[in-house]
Amino acid sequence: MADPRDTHEDILLAPIEHTGPGFYWAVAFLSLLILWGAIAYSIQFTEGLGVTGLHQPVGWGFYVTNFVFFIGISHAGTLISAILRLSKAEWRRPITRMAEVITCMVIFIGAGQILVDLGRPDRMLNVLRHGRYQSPLLWDATSISAYLTASLTYLYLPMIPDIAILRDRLGKRKLLYSVLALGWTGTEHQHRVLNRAIAIMAVLVIPIAVSVHSVVSFVFSMTLQPSWHSTIFGPYFVVGAIFSGIAGLILTMIIFRKAYKLHYYLKPIHFRYLGQLLLIMSLLWFYFTFAEYLTGYYGAEPEEMKVFWAKFTGPFWPFFWSMVLCNFVVPLACLASLKRHTVGKVMIASAAIVVGMWLERFIIVVPTLSFPRLPFPEGVYLPTWVEWGETAGSFGLFALFYLLFTKFFPIISIWEIREGRETSLKEVEERIVSYLPGEVEEKT
Amino acid sequence: MALWGMVIDLDRCTGCQACVMACKAENNVPAVGAKEAKRGRVISWMQVLTETDEEHHGANMRFIPRPCLQCDDPPCTKVCPVYATFRNPEGIVGQIYERCIGCRFCMAACPYNAKYFNWYSYQKEGPGQNPDVSVREKGVVEKCTFCHHRLQNAREKALAEKRDFDPAEYVPACAEACPAQAIVFGDLSDPASEVSKLAHSPRAFKLHEELGTKPKVIYLTEGETSG
Repeated sequence: MADPRDTHEDILLAPIEHTGPGFYWAVAFLSLLILWGAIAYSIQFTEGLGVTGLHQPVGWGFYVTNFVFFIGISHAGTLISAILRLSKAEWRRPITRMAEVITCMVIFIGAGQILVDLGRPDRMLNVLRHGRYQSPLLWDATSISAYLTASLTYLYLPMIPDIAILRDRLGKRKLLYSVLALGWTGTEHQHRVLNRAIAIMAVLVIPIAVSVHSVVSFVFSMTLQPSWHSTIFGPYFVVGAIFSGIAGLILTMIIFRKAYKLHYYLKPIHFRYLGQLLLIMSLLWFYFTFAEYLTGYYGAEPEEMKVFWAKFTGPFWPFFWSMVLCNFVVPLACLASLKRHTVGKVMIASAAIVVGMWLERFIIVVPTLSFPRLPFPEGVYLPTWVEWGETAGSFGLFALFYLLFTKFFPIISIWEIREGRETSLKEVEERIVSYLPGEVEEKT
Repeated sequence: MALWGMVIDLDRCTGCQACVMACKAENNVPAVGAKEAKRGRVISWMQVLTETDEEHHGANMRFIPRPCLQCDDPPCTKVCPVYATFRNPEGIVGQIYERCIGCRFCMAACPYNAKYFNWYSYQKEGPGQNPDVSVREKGVVEKCTFCHHRLQNAREKALAEKRDFDPAEYVPACAEACPAQAIVFGDLSDPASEVSKLAHSPRAFKLHEELGTKPKVIYLTEGETSG
């Protein structure tokens, strides 16, 4: 505590200690969005799904798109944070917490989309009572609940030392922090156990995260429908999920950096590294998209081509080409060189990608359903205010959850930053020395 | 065990829609109204699809009456998360309306668009309905069952009269109503039945057979008369 640099930690505790008018304005705005969503859903609940723009053959629309999108965003967190932790990327320290919180909040919102989409939400528990494991929806339920459990644990574990700091320093919510801190005193033994637990969770969480978006893609690819029945959907969805996740994370970081004045912690270098990661994901996404559509086009099965042209030149062209623009052209232009205006450029790219990835999910769900194989009347899906409201409400709910979290817990890990200063500097130096040519110390 | 199937002769079909109407009356299929119909929410277990001849555009109109094809390997049942849709031992694909959670996965998976959703509460139980068929609530998927209740009735009648059940006693409403006798129904597992013989006709084809769904509704292509 004697370290004068620690006064900066007050910045991290400030949002928990004091609440300004900005917070109330934000809550008021988000509550309006949520209210819109709540009204929309309550009408849908009493009247039926008829109040949406869904029909036959387009039985899935915004809700399923949102489901895939939000679950995709959830890959921001836990996965990125786990990979950075395991690869000992030291620049991760101020980022991991923010990422992990996104995951936990957004999984609730994502899974909620399926409930909203059900014609009979009152029979939801039939999934447990009569569950049929052959259905990819059951795979989703399993994988997502495993991911939620793992992510919550993985968020909570590294929070324990910070909660202890709050318990000791803060005057309020003593009981809550005391219980959650689990008697943390910061002994060496406790640190050893904690670091081990975090490392185990970081390893565990990666395969679970990969499984989540794979099985989300299986909802589509296990059917026989044109443009859905594709073997690369699993990895394609996972790549898209990480891609949109990083973009979502960057936007969150920029918003809270401004709102909570975290410039001291979130430096341009963090955005540059994340921007580079984003660029790689953008190229990877483009590669998958290219491979997916080229295969369909070259094979030229008539049913496949109907959907293909609908996306390229047909009724869905504005969505398809906006998606390419947002996910590939804009990020490439913004992220190719990050020497100057790093934060601004990364922000524009991230905002474009979040929109682009939503469009990608939409362009996967709706066009296939719009063009049935048989000469069935084709349908144009036009969402009503109900779907828009539900979508706005979902975003609002996510943002509100996130905002409330920052009012209870520090959004940047205090102890991990300290650890970076106190021990990692030396560790990294030793590590580099160990890479350099020299005598090998035999360890048996 | 019987394997119920249907043969529809496209040469005989005039597109009169008698099968559609008979099905609606028999199965309490709701009339959704003009406004809902315009939004693409017509429920029609039996639906006459029209296809224009690609080569002679507009010259030839092809009518394809499409009930549920009662696939032997149905893509819809596999994806149902709650066993609300299933293939029964006699090959009929059923739907448990009381269990369906309305996720519409089966609709998305069916390559034939044979499943329909109750977007609103379209009707309540009332006079004039067929008491043998339950009225569906809002939020559930419904589909053609080959008039399964008629099979149950025929079996019960045979049992009450203490005689063997004759497959000829079981005919779905659409087949019964077709004035051109384009629809033949019967037991596909019995090689002597008319439906079996027709199913092996050189004119026989199945809709999107390449998908491997093994439909038990078999079509006879045009050609006998129009050449």
